[in-house]
Amino acid sequence: MTTDTTALTTEHSPVAGLAHDARGGISNPVLGMLLFITSEVMFFAGLFAAYFNVRANAAQWPPINPESGEAFHIAIFPLVGPATVLLILSSFTCQFAVWAIRRNDRTAFLRNIAVTFGIGVVFLIMQGIDYAELGREGLTLSSGTYGTTYFTLTGFHGAHVFAGVIMLGVVLYRGMAGQFSARHHDAVEAASLYWHFVDVVWILLFSLLYLLPGNAPRV
Amino acid sequence: MATTALHPAAPAYRSSLYDWVTTTDHKKIGILYVINSFVFFFIGGLLAMGVRLELAQPGLQFVADQTYNEIFTMHATFMIFLFVIPMLAGFGNYIVPLQIGAPDMAFPRINALSFWMLPLAGILLLLSFVTGGSAAAGWTSYSPLAQDRPLGAVGPGQDLWVVALVLIGTSSILGAVNFLVTMFKMRAPGMTLFRMPIMTWTVLVTSVLVLMATPVITSALIMLFIDRNYGGSFFDPANGGDAILYQNIFWFYSHPAVYVMVLPAMGMISEILPVFSRKPLFGYRAFVFATAAIGALGFSVWAHHMFTTGAVYLPFFSFVTFLIAIPTGVKMFNWIFTLWGGKLTFSTPLLFALGFLSMFLIGGINGAVSASVPVDFAIHDTYWVVAHLHYVLFGGSVFGIMGGLYYWFPKMTGRMMSESLGKVQFVLMFVGFNLTFFPMHQLGLAGMPRRIADYSSASGWNDLNLLATIGGFTIAASMLPLLWNVFVSLRSGEPAGDDPWEGNTLEWATSSPPPPYNFDHLPPIRSERPVFDQRHGDVPHTKTPPGPDRTQQIPAGR
Repeated sequence: MTTDTTALTTEHSPVAGLAHDARGGISNPVLGMLLFITSEVMFFAGLFAAYFNVRANAAQWPPINPESGEAFHIAIFPLVGPATVLLILSSFTCQFAVWAIRRNDRTAFLRNIAVTFGIGVVFLIMQGIDYAELGREGLTLSSGTYGTTYFTLTGFHGAHVFAGVIMLGVVLYRGMAGQFSARHHDAVEAASLYWHFVDVVWILLFSLLYLLPGNAPRV
Repeated sequence: MATTALHPAAPAYRSSLYDWVTTTDHKKIGILYVINSFVFFFIGGLLAMGVRLELAQPGLQFVADQTYNEIFTMHATFMIFLFVIPMLAGFGNYIVPLQIGAPDMAFPRINALSFWMLPLAGILLLLSFVTGGSAAAGWTSYSPLAQDRPLGAVGPGQDLWVVALVLIGTSSILGAVNFLVTMFKMRAPGMTLFRMPIMTWTVLVTSVLVLMATPVITSALIMLFIDRNYGGSFFDPANGGDAILYQNIFWFYSHPAVYVMVLPAMGMISEILPVFSRKPLFGYRAFVFATAAIGALGFSVWAHHMFTTGAVYLPFFSFVTFLIAIPTGVKMFNWIFTLWGGKLTFSTPLLFALGFLSMFLIGGINGAVSASVPVDFAIHDTYWVVAHLHYVLFGGSVFGIMGGLYYWFPKMTGRMMSESLGKVQFVLMFVGFNLTFFPMHQLGLAGMPRRIADYSSASGWNDLNLLATIGGFTIAASMLPLLWNVFVSLRSGEPAGDDPWEGNTLEWATSSPPPPYNFDHLPPIRSERPVFDQRHGDVPHTKTPPGPDRTQQIPAGR
């Protein structure tokens, strides 16, 4: 077969469109994001497995804080509970933004993305304050398995919130530049999927770290 | 011709170096992967020669214990993470879009990103040699050996190792996402999933394994990093942690990683065997399902690496490990019956594919032996295991890679490789390989432990070790004809033409090397062998039920 290197395929070519996923179904970026989220699920699965393993091996959970002589305790109020509510709310605003851009309603889209972005930032700030509080109370990454698992799990969740906030920031910036419409908004769909994922991980983490009752000391 | 001639672009000066560094073309990125992997193959090979040199005779002649630990650790690290895995990803990068009739990967720039993380990781690993010693806890980096404590891994080498592996893992994950989206979304019209060539299928299953398993080792590595640097206690029993936890998470990745390293090589020989025996692959669908079965079972066998820890449920993990022999046996059957009655042409790619077949068979059998719990208690951490893993990863993966190189080199460069040099390489490599690794079976059964720099001269292991060292240097020598072959063929190899082997799959329907975006037009795709169909007209094949006149096609004398 000869190849004419000065000729480019056009949309009349039999192979045209293959590069542009014009054949319907899920779009390439959204499928890519779903697959990436699959890998992220497995990453957190590794961390969760470590948590359950460590917890199952412990004589008592939460263990005793060697500094105070009492079991470790992390409080839901005043910070973590409201932060959780906020993060769950942000999943709703994020989805409202997606529905808005699907209807081509750019104003509502921008408003909702901005709110989601703002909540993300607030969540990160609240988490930072919470970490500082816990540090003052003597719970750090190096205070036994309790501190190690707590800070690793929530820390990596926080890192993912941070990544999500950056994605939302890019979406917001591009949205303000008018780059999204009902037909072209793959980035919005992908970022919102990621944000929902981050939210679900937090719900699991919150249930695990704050709601699941501890074990009495084994005799 | 449905193309439009455009005015040539304004001539902007681009040096070819700039072109290669900034490329997003899957073919160039694939070649970059291959070159990068060969560089680390040679580095890992040099380290292996260090191991064999030290073990040739009892006593410490060349290196100290600690250096020996670094050498075997980095040998495995380079070979696994920077040679076999990226090499197969590289071939996948080059071949998969061509085989499914796509113009490129789904995310060309992410593709470039995946590649460029690898040299960076390699440089980090190499840096560890000059910053106070590399990682030395074995490629498995078990705790407490890999912990930052006396008699453990003090110094930055182990940390650099962790960071490099996280980088390589991220590269693999992004590559897997890219492959899967490409295969699900970018297939040419007519290219249904069950018409995809086997090479593409194996890359698909491999990508699923990478996508689901690699993040898990990333989590283990990060926990190790936290333990080492931030006072964490994941793997520290003194503080409530669990050293076995690391082994569980590590092998949850590293056993599927074995299939990541061998499935695409199986795919390669499944392309080579039909072409050089002039027959379709026997049992295409069975092969696809066997590949998927190996991938699925691969997630349930990890703890067979941990029988002797006493912390795993032995009957289950032994049983599912034996189960893997079934789909693997199906493949062996497919390959043998592809060859059976074929019109064989013993070109270099077929020789390497036959090398794969025979050596991987031994690797599979001695693996099944190790899966038996009582046997494993006797041979765990002996040279038997070293023999087994090399029969699988060298006898399997490396022979497959070499076959693939000889098979697709004409497509990649437009030039044929020398057959005679190729045969010299094959013979040297095959003989050297068996000289090196077959004696290790006996050494393992005689009780020689792995990862030990020295042994007593009264142990009776001297002769076999010397033999293995001679074999090791024979393998090294077999690289010389390869390098010379590549060098000479690039300069003055015979022009290959589009389809030098009379191949079956779409990569042979375009020029060699293919142009950017691969195809001007595609042949109609009505089976898994579109180029065969085009060459021979629409002869009925796979779907035709056996009719009465079929017997007349059997040659006389059968």
